[in-house]
Amino acid sequence: MAALLTATRDRAPFSASRRAFLKASAAVGGGLLLQATLAPLARVAMAAAAGEGLSVNAFIRIAPDNIVTILSKNPEIGQGIKTMLPMVIAEELDVEWKNVRIEQAPLDEAKFGRQFAGGSQATPLNYDPLRRVGAAGRQMLVTAAAQGWNVPVGECRTEAGVVHHDKSGRSLAYGALAETAAALPVPDLASVTLKDPKTFKIIGQRMPGVDNPKIVTGQPLFGIDVAVPGMLHAVFQKCPVFGGTVKSANIDALKALPGVHDAFIVRAKEANPSGDPQGLADGVAIVAKSWWVASQAREKLEVIWDEGATAEQSSEGFAATAAKLNEGAPASYLRRDGDVATALKSAAHVVEAAYSYPFLSHIDLEPQNCTAHYQDGKVTFWAPTQLPGPGAALVAKTLGISTGDITVNMTRIGGGFGRRLRNDFMAEAAWISRQVGAPVKLLWNRRDDMQHDFYRPAGFHFFKGGLDKSGKLVAFSDHFVTFKRGNALADSAMMDANEFPAQLVPHLDYGQSTMALGVPTGPLRAPRSNALGFVFQSFIDELAHKAGKDPLAFRLAILGERRVLVNSSGTPNALRDFDTGRMHDVLVRVAEVSSWAHRRSLPKRTGKGIAFYFSHLGYFAEVVQATVTPAGEVKLDHVWIAADVGSQIINPSGAENQVQGAALDGLGAALGQAITIDRGRVVQANFDTVKPLRMEQAPPVEVHFLTTAHPPTGLGEPALPPVIPALCNAIFAATGKRVRSLPIDSAMLKV
Amino acid sequence: MPYTIAVNGQKRTIDVDGDMPLLWVLRDELDLKGSKFGCGAGLCGACTVHLDGEPVRSCSTPISSVGDAAVSTIEGMSADPVGKKLQAAWMELDVPQCGYCQAGQIMSATALLTKNPHPTDREIDAAMTGNVCRCATYTRIRAAIKKAASLRTAATEVK
Repeated sequence: MAALLTATRDRAPFSASRRAFLKASAAVGGGLLLQATLAPLARVAMAAAAGEGLSVNAFIRIAPDNIVTILSKNPEIGQGIKTMLPMVIAEELDVEWKNVRIEQAPLDEAKFGRQFAGGSQATPLNYDPLRRVGAAGRQMLVTAAAQGWNVPVGECRTEAGVVHHDKSGRSLAYGALAETAAALPVPDLASVTLKDPKTFKIIGQRMPGVDNPKIVTGQPLFGIDVAVPGMLHAVFQKCPVFGGTVKSANIDALKALPGVHDAFIVRAKEANPSGDPQGLADGVAIVAKSWWVASQAREKLEVIWDEGATAEQSSEGFAATAAKLNEGAPASYLRRDGDVATALKSAAHVVEAAYSYPFLSHIDLEPQNCTAHYQDGKVTFWAPTQLPGPGAALVAKTLGISTGDITVNMTRIGGGFGRRLRNDFMAEAAWISRQVGAPVKLLWNRRDDMQHDFYRPAGFHFFKGGLDKSGKLVAFSDHFVTFKRGNALADSAMMDANEFPAQLVPHLDYGQSTMALGVPTGPLRAPRSNALGFVFQSFIDELAHKAGKDPLAFRLAILGERRVLVNSSGTPNALRDFDTGRMHDVLVRVAEVSSWAHRRSLPKRTGKGIAFYFSHLGYFAEVVQATVTPAGEVKLDHVWIAADVGSQIINPSGAENQVQGAALDGLGAALGQAITIDRGRVVQANFDTVKPLRMEQAPPVEVHFLTTAHPPTGLGEPALPPVIPALCNAIFAATGKRVRSLPIDSAMLKV
Repeated sequence: MPYTIAVNGQKRTIDVDGDMPLLWVLRDELDLKGSKFGCGAGLCGACTVHLDGEPVRSCSTPISSVGDAAVSTIEGMSADPVGKKLQAAWMELDVPQCGYCQAGQIMSATALLTKNPHPTDREIDAAMTGNVCRCATYTRIRAAIKKAASLRTAATEVK
């Protein structure tokens, strides 16, 4: 992370020695071990460039009128990062929030550290480093004041953007000190003094989103809103079967249509020889004076495709193959503890159940789009991407240019959910712009978006559980049937060997078998966890009922004593190590706030279900109350959530919004969403068949944060996984029917 | 062919095909980017505008069908007393997450409160069901509509 503030009178380029970097180093055993590495800053400076009244550097500019401009480094996808990260800097800089202006940083990872939106990682990666950025800036301003007054630094204090020397009654606002401070040596970020959190004035306050005024008045903000002089509009038709190629198309007829600027076949083989689904694909581009004209021309498009090798795959076929694979032994094991077969034989009760879940699309409300301008071997982007750096790398590879010749301006993003961690649209937009020699805005329609996604992989789990006479869980087995692409597991189609209840049951095995898949897959909000939460926490509920135990008590008994279960690789990794005590506490809290103990007094066909899940460093326990009508319709009555994400909620308004949204997102998917594959292609094309949650379905969601002594962690994802099993467990409590397959089939729940 | 429509109180003339949806006329011909494209089929409400005060899905409204109707978009809501109160409530309660759907939400909510200043929860559901919020900010949307309804009452009572 770079520098805070810099003297820019000479506008000299930054040298490497001025930079510090955030590093995420791969931990042994997979996953990411996140740490901020604060390289010694040779110098961080700031200044007010005379005349312009500004200094320019990575994060902070202070103007003579005391207006502080803070750059927000990460893409904003609705997770609130554009507001939250600057709050952290502003707090330690000790300025008033009303004097802060926020700008979106462009892609420049040498200056800003890693810039991405994913994995709920912004808080754990940036909270401490950005506090230090703010604190270093404050320290430099104090030093400048102290030197000017010829008093010890220790006699000065700051408040609301002003340095005070109480003994002499002198004070100076930051705006008057910025230029002097810029010439001072930069303090070592590792040793700057941070505020006592008890004195926070910005962190911990409910701060509304900085773009709200523009959002509610309809000002341009999003990728789709970008307009560049001379810009043309493009549509791009790809083969409905993934990886299919173009044999021929009626290009001449398209070119003759009024308003069409150009139409051409894109052949991707040379640019993407391995057929990487994240890269450029074959298709037909139509470029016109407006998007509507291009879309109308597309209605006349006739393409003969070579559909390729996966055109026979189907969701139905996968289910049949999975069942068949389960008749045999798993192809491999993620872990084998004890002797499951013997333990099941001697168990007092054995429960067996087959669970499955479908492919899911991200359904970002803003369809995929990208504006690119290729000119003289360089490309400028205005891109709604969650991963701008890898996007630039993909484009460099696709076009055979250097990443140094690529500029990425990050736009606000109308929903990410993981879809925009893939940058296929950037490769397409750049390719089309190069071909037509003009800036191009590529915009997909809803069908494109739903049928060319990187889907949450479907999956199949065949469980067995054994209980002893006292109802204690003694044996647990899962045969997970998932997908491979080539020789590797499909993207986001894997399971961790430490999945709960691993290490807590003496006889436990997780077996795995795979099927070949042509459908591209990828991370969807709380990847893996969004499906594993459903199957594991639902099956645990089945076991609790078989044991005749309260589902809460049964879970607490499995968690047992408070301790950290270090993952089975033996190398500590906060993303994979599981603190039973933290989970115990959120379970107990959610039971309290949801009146769990009184759940039996609910009306007929109304039930409460409970579930928990640990993901993205967050501990979440959730209770859903649902009512099932005689027709089988599921009504969501109420959701209670207890969460432990550490010592500090940075922006409570944003935090609650994230948690509520994540829970409702999971509920919407469970009730109305599936992507079906037939003949190698996606059946669904719009919101009539893939149903997002709507207003009348949305229940109140109560959020309770426990404050604990752990470092603050992220909130975009971890509230989602437990809500689906909590709902399914509530449906069981209401009806006695167990949901083992998603989306929930109301026909199964009819009286 | 040329069409003249009244958008936010201003006459605008555009020369486009009659089947071009109002949404694309607004966005690409008149540079009013506030109304959003989500589904192209009237299923998500991101493109909601008013025709003579009635909420319509502009993605499925051909320009040839607009005629003399007064078109109001999110860009005109700051000049609409109800729209303005809703915008204020949206900001006060910090409704948006990604924000992409919110223009359409505010347009539907403005049409609702203009006709029905004190809607019940069920009436809010009925008026807002066509507007998808993929981030699911529904709890806050509902609260903001109620907040704006109460602001409106207060203003009326002062008079």
